[in-house]
Amino acid sequence: MDHLPFIAASYALGILIPGAFAVAAFLRVGSARRRLAAIDARPRRGGTR
Amino acid sequence: MRLSGVLVPWLSAGALVLTAIGLVWGLFFAPADWQQGDAVRIMYIHVPSAWLASAGYAALAACSVASLVWRHPLADLAAVEIGPVGAGFTALCLATGSLWGKPMWGAWWVWDARLTSVLVLFFLYLGHIALVRAFDDPVRGYRAGAILALIGAADLPIIKFSVDWWNTLHQPDTITLTGAPHMYIGMLWPLLFSTLGYTLAFAAIVLTRTRAAVMERRIRGLLMARASAQEPA
Repeated sequence: MDHLPFIAASYALGILIPGAFAVAAFLRVGSARRRLAAIDARPRRGGTR
Repeated sequence: MRLSGVLVPWLSAGALVLTAIGLVWGLFFAPADWQQGDAVRIMYIHVPSAWLASAGYAALAACSVASLVWRHPLADLAAVEIGPVGAGFTALCLATGSLWGKPMWGAWWVWDARLTSVLVLFFLYLGHIALVRAFDDPVRGYRAGAILALIGAADLPIIKFSVDWWNTLHQPDTITLTGAPHMYIGMLWPLLFSTLGYTLAFAAIVLTRTRAAVMERRIRGLLMARASAQEPA
């Protein structure tokens, strides 16, 4: 395979950048959910996450 | 919130499967180009990220319209959350374009109309990210960001038609909505898979970030209500 370093760098970025955004988003929503559950004393409605 | 809770797992699963198929197919099984050789495989990352850079900004502009016209609070939050994700995909587009340009053109960067207009888009994203966070009153930040996003939307047709209006080093569009694609079918299929996969990933990330923003807003509201209730009269 020619130009391998360029291809490898592109694929690494193509996985790392969206992957980092995805992991950060899921960690953030998990953290917000836990904080909300700790603060919100009201009973949860059915199906509300 | 309930709808996004249902959608996000499906979007994430679809994104993982389609992107994996597209990238593995593009990297190992799609043919090399007769002129560019294996460097053409960068296309399976570069084209989806370029599409999402523009489509993300179009979504940002649509949220800005909803924010300015209907004052929809969810549109404000969605616009704020689209900004960094769109900037990330635009950065990915510029970086992979540079990595593709060096072996093909002999330069990491040229001040070509297409490249320059995408760089302007990246700066518009950064400007929006900074502007919406620059005010003590978040609503003023949302309004200012929405105006910037709508003005910046003028860059989208410039990006699209730059390769037609000017004599650019960047190649013209290979795939259009109106005509048959000028691409070998064995390259087109993995490109479609990776493009759809990345699009689902973008949607899943933005929806997840927006869900988190809605929860964080509710947390702030509850804390403020609790603090004001505890204040002595």
